Amino acid sequence: MRRFLRPGHDPVRERLKRDLFQFNKTVEHGFPHQPSALGYSPFLRLMAIGTRSGAIKLYGAPGVEFMGLHEENNTVMQIHFIPDQCQLVTLLDDNSLHLWSLKQHGGASELLEEHRFTLKGPPGSPPSATQVTAVLPHSSREVLYLGTESGNIFVVELPSFRVLEDRTITPEAVLQRIPEDNCNRRSCELVEALREHPKNPDQILIGYSRGLIVLWDLQNNKATHHFLGSQQLENLYWQRDGSKFISCHYDGSYTQWPVSSDNRQPEPLENTVPYGPFPCKAISKIYWQTTKNGLPYIIFQGGMPRASYGDRHSISVIHGSQQTAFDFTSRVIDFFIIFSSDPAAEFDDPSALVVLAEEELVVIDLKSAGWPAVHPPYLASLHCSAITCSHHVSNIPLKLWERIISAGSKQNIHYSSMPWPIDGGTNIAPDPPQRDLLLTGHEDGTVRFWDASGVCLHLLYKLSTVRVFLTDADPNDNMNTLGEDEWPPLRKVGTFDPYSDDPRLGIQKIYLCKYSGYLAVAGTAGQVLVMELNDEDAEHVVDHAEADLLQDQEGYRWKGHEKLKTRDGPVRFEAGFQPFVLVQCQPPAVVTSLALHSEWKLVAFGTSHGFGLFDHQQKRLVFVKCTLHPSDQLALEGPLSRVKSLKKSLRQSFRRIRRSRVSSRKRRGGSGNASEVQEANAKFDQDALQEMELAPVQRKIEARSAEDSFTGFVRTLYFADTFLRDSSRHCPSLWAGTNGGTVYAFCLRVPPAERRMDEPVRAEQAKEIQLMHRAPVVGILVLDGRSTPLPEPLEVAHDLSKSPDMQGSHQLLVVSEEQFKVFTLPKVSSKLKLKLTALEGCRVRKVTVANFGSCKTDDYSENDLAVLTNLGDIQIISLPFLKLQIRYPCIRKEDVSGIASCVFTKYGQGFYLISPSEFERFSLSTKWLVEPRCVVDVPEVTSNNHVHKSGTENAARKSSPGGCGEDERKSVRLMEHALLNDEKVLKEIQSTLEGGR
Amino acid sequence: EFRRFSLERSKPGKFEEFYGLLQHVHKIPNVDVLVGYTDVHGDLLPINNDDNYHKAVSTANPLLRIFIQRKEDADYSAFGTDTMTRKKNVLSNVLRPDNHKKKPHIVISMPQDFRPVSSIIDVDILPETHRRVRLYKYGTDKPLGFYIRDGSSVRVTPHGLEKVPGIFISRLVPGGLAQSTGLLAVNDEVLEVNGIEVSGKSLDQVTDMMIANSRNLIITVRPANQRNNVVRNSRTSGSSGQSTESSLPSSTPNILGNLLQGEEESDEEDIIIEDSGEPQQIPKAAPASESIESLSQIELLHESTQNGFLPSSEMNLNHSAGSISMEYEVPEPGRKSLEEDGTIITL
Repeated sequence: MRRFLRPGHDPVRERLKRDLFQFNKTVEHGFPHQPSALGYSPFLRLMAIGTRSGAIKLYGAPGVEFMGLHEENNTVMQIHFIPDQCQLVTLLDDNSLHLWSLKQHGGASELLEEHRFTLKGPPGSPPSATQVTAVLPHSSREVLYLGTESGNIFVVELPSFRVLEDRTITPEAVLQRIPEDNCNRRSCELVEALREHPKNPDQILIGYSRGLIVLWDLQNNKATHHFLGSQQLENLYWQRDGSKFISCHYDGSYTQWPVSSDNRQPEPLENTVPYGPFPCKAISKIYWQTTKNGLPYIIFQGGMPRASYGDRHSISVIHGSQQTAFDFTSRVIDFFIIFSSDPAAEFDDPSALVVLAEEELVVIDLKSAGWPAVHPPYLASLHCSAITCSHHVSNIPLKLWERIISAGSKQNIHYSSMPWPIDGGTNIAPDPPQRDLLLTGHEDGTVRFWDASGVCLHLLYKLSTVRVFLTDADPNDNMNTLGEDEWPPLRKVGTFDPYSDDPRLGIQKIYLCKYSGYLAVAGTAGQVLVMELNDEDAEHVVDHAEADLLQDQEGYRWKGHEKLKTRDGPVRFEAGFQPFVLVQCQPPAVVTSLALHSEWKLVAFGTSHGFGLFDHQQKRLVFVKCTLHPSDQLALEGPLSRVKSLKKSLRQSFRRIRRSRVSSRKRRGGSGNASEVQEANAKFDQDALQEMELAPVQRKIEARSAEDSFTGFVRTLYFADTFLRDSSRHCPSLWAGTNGGTVYAFCLRVPPAERRMDEPVRAEQAKEIQLMHRAPVVGILVLDGRSTPLPEPLEVAHDLSKSPDMQGSHQLLVVSEEQFKVFTLPKVSSKLKLKLTALEGCRVRKVTVANFGSCKTDDYSENDLAVLTNLGDIQIISLPFLKLQIRYPCIRKEDVSGIASCVFTKYGQGFYLISPSEFERFSLSTKWLVEPRCVVDVPEVTSNNHVHKSGTENAARKSSPGGCGEDERKSVRLMEHALLNDEKVLKEIQSTLEGGR
Repeated sequence: EFRRFSLERSKPGKFEEFYGLLQHVHKIPNVDVLVGYTDVHGDLLPINNDDNYHKAVSTANPLLRIFIQRKEDADYSAFGTDTMTRKKNVLSNVLRPDNHKKKPHIVISMPQDFRPVSSIIDVDILPETHRRVRLYKYGTDKPLGFYIRDGSSVRVTPHGLEKVPGIFISRLVPGGLAQSTGLLAVNDEVLEVNGIEVSGKSLDQVTDMMIANSRNLIITVRPANQRNNVVRNSRTSGSSGQSTESSLPSSTPNILGNLLQGEEESDEEDIIIEDSGEPQQIPKAAPASESIESLSQIELLHESTQNGFLPSSEMNLNHSAGSISMEYEVPEPGRKSLEEDGTIITL
């Protein structure tokens, strides 16, 4: 025992450990949680997304990703790229401005914060005087115009953020030239929009919230034109040639204004309410895009009729007679148009509309007929239906990979074939070492197959299990089948759909055999589906069987959901994984464990009541075993009584509140026996107080007993070909571990391949192990004579693994939440163990065998256990001697869903959810590391009509090496913490940053 | 009165029969008596169960001297080591019956009739403000029965007094093991659990550690009430030596070793059942085939797997065997109808 407390300091081993293990959080996959701002640089062809937790993420070509985190963790309100620069400015909700730069460091670009700045007004001025509402980075790249709530426009120098006070544009100066009748002080309150003239950098358009729009001459410091809008202004947009601009308004209208030198106060050319005549919602942003054929694109956000469509999140595109209102399932944060950025080009020629909604990114191809959506290579909405489980398969054979991709491509026909339009930067990361699949199970009964090989988590294929069942939802109920004359012309886009038709469809367990293409999925209502990959559409009947896990248990009544109804007759399945067997557990409790053996053609499944084995070749149930303990009444009533007690305690606390209210009223009444009542009340309050003080933070110390609830809950299932009965003959076996610390071992007799269909598979119980500490069994593993874990089914057949050593004696490793134990086989006697909980107070949440290769020598690798504990620590434990190698803090222990969602890969990487929509990828291995590595080169500036005074300066600045790369990397790794605006975490981050400097 | 009678040494029978025989021989059929014998060392030892009766018979050489006392005026202190040489004291007690009678009569059995439930250990190596308590948990009949909470305690550090977070006992369950020992009390600060310091660990961690060690839980506490501490002569010179410790180790390097050794020897053994019963097959499947050799008897690695405890001392002192015994309980015949509401648990 002492050897575990004092890990040996063998210097050779210590050096080897350094070559094998290394912890890194490498990349965040998925869609940023709570996005709040969007920016785009046509020059760099990079997109920036800011979040409510103060993170900014830059995306370009697939694989080009940067992350930055504002120390303040405040919401990012606006993002503006500095024209023709590798720089951007962010505005946070604390009114601070931050300048970020992309700098090259060690061959790769890094995103670094350079300066921060908060606009300060004169002493005594109200905070609104300097509250920034609009930001305009001027094309000269030297100054930033900041419109404020007070109507002042401040000019700050870049990159120093020095306020040029003499250049401030005050409302008084603006109002000088305006005719008296339109002139009052209030018309210049709050700057809504600032837009630079597209041809003349000395002119800027200023839009005030009340409707007044002014064209300001920066050279002469005076207003040249006035445009008197009658409606509250939302936004402005210049036409490309600068002869006209368009304004959009709060009442759902937009207006075109001419700009010419003769008329200093022109009337609007055209004023339209696109979705009138009834009151409409505001149009908050508008684009006017010219095309060669003369018909412009007018693209705007909002403007829907207030009464009937006021709740829609829409962006409308009008091009001649074509008009579509793209309807998003979540709020639109912002959008931009990708158009010709060549200043010499005569027309905008928009190619794509990029919309950042709260839950997904949608890109619409404006060049193809029908404006189809573009399939994004990153920023996938992992949570389009809530993730219920995940499964990772490493090193997919090429054949299977291609078949999955081809199945997926058939599903993506409605997507545009346009290449991804946001393609800035160059991915210089080495090609991913192998093809990895991440499978996520979702609440709506779908399984999504993600390419998890590289930095971009990319959806390959989506599998739906819904078709097997009869559900309330009519599959023909299509949201998009709107009639021709429908007005407004709404079209639903995007994939985010958080509403599940039937929670019973939810996927709980997935098992994919990468060699055979067999897939087993199991769900919430006890359904187990076995599928096979088929490259063609097919219509067939799914064989259906029922597994009564209670068997002869009597007097038991299931009060949960019903089992799913199945569809009679043949069902049409699209190319891809097609189910051929359905087993439904009875009672239809959620499936808690699943194992598939593709060589023996067996699938094992377990619920809280027991487990079963199904022969999917003969389509016959082999056996079931009820794991409910005979004296398990408590186990069954457990969850129910717990619910009851919660209700009870709630009721009690309500009663207490009510009573104390009553008593306080009485007290005020001041009746005859007031003092008596008061006394009683005081006593009662005191008692209640004491009770409350004691209640919340204490923990009961009680040994687990056989009567603990849910002891029969099957936690793990495992197939092994090992020596179960005697040491001379090995045989197929099935192992099952329960929540109550029991391990069952069944001896299987699988007929040889040539008689596989003729003879039944037989099973008989061979062993039962009751762990004395009764902790839930979370993992079972058999080690061969060389102490190597047994290979996966078919792995040896495909020459991908050495065949296991069947000469030496096998060992059984049982991992419970509290201990790791190695037993000898076939006589199960305890050989060695590692107590985790008794020594450290932490419990095992996830455990996997991972192969670690040395970064120094190619020929050395070893198998270890990667363990995630309930404290969010990751430990690596050696096999077969169970010695703790190394420990890393990984997930915050409060982040229960993060810990629950963690999956390890076979090569020492892992994923866990940092938000419902984002996976954090981490690596424990020095050898297998997938992290973004990319360069953003500054393209040659081809502009002729712009004068770039600071061109050389820019180049000089670019070449200077970045300062503190290490610190930045550290802060990036801490990024996810910022997702929770936790003060403690914040302090932690700050102290780390300070410590690093 | 003296009686002399013979017994067959090879077949001594049961204590009950022997007791009946004694009553018969002395013609005191309805009088409760205490039975004792003198062993080879001249100690007066009790005979009150089968085991010590058999032991007594086996020590007869060839005569066995048996003493019988009426239970009402029995002198319990007479039993034990050197009892025969202390006879005088016994006599003096007997001579002053008034003194003796004031004490209420409590019938206390011998130590071997009990199993230990708790003990204070490592007194010699711990600071006297601390107490290390070992709780022995047998089966499921009695809960450990205490609660712990977060709190803060004051420590002396190089920087002066410092408030540090600590773990405290917050509540004792009435009738629970912890309360019945009298060694733990509310507001005692928990310092160590089975030799591992709890400082820096969260309440949940400490809870898990205690539960994981519940079979043999050793907790070191700083009692809230410091008045009942053991006073040692090494520090307080004037007191009469209750416990004579000539060699008090100044440092305590071997605490862990001691503890862990103790833990290891009393460690649990898992139960393995081989080939339990008939192969479990569903009705649809083919009947149990003859091709598979099936063993239908249950072979337990430990023989003592019957329910309940044997009250014998050997059984109780042997932890591993004793704890096995409660693993398999006889299923209750009349089971209530069971219900479940199908709460979904996502792991």
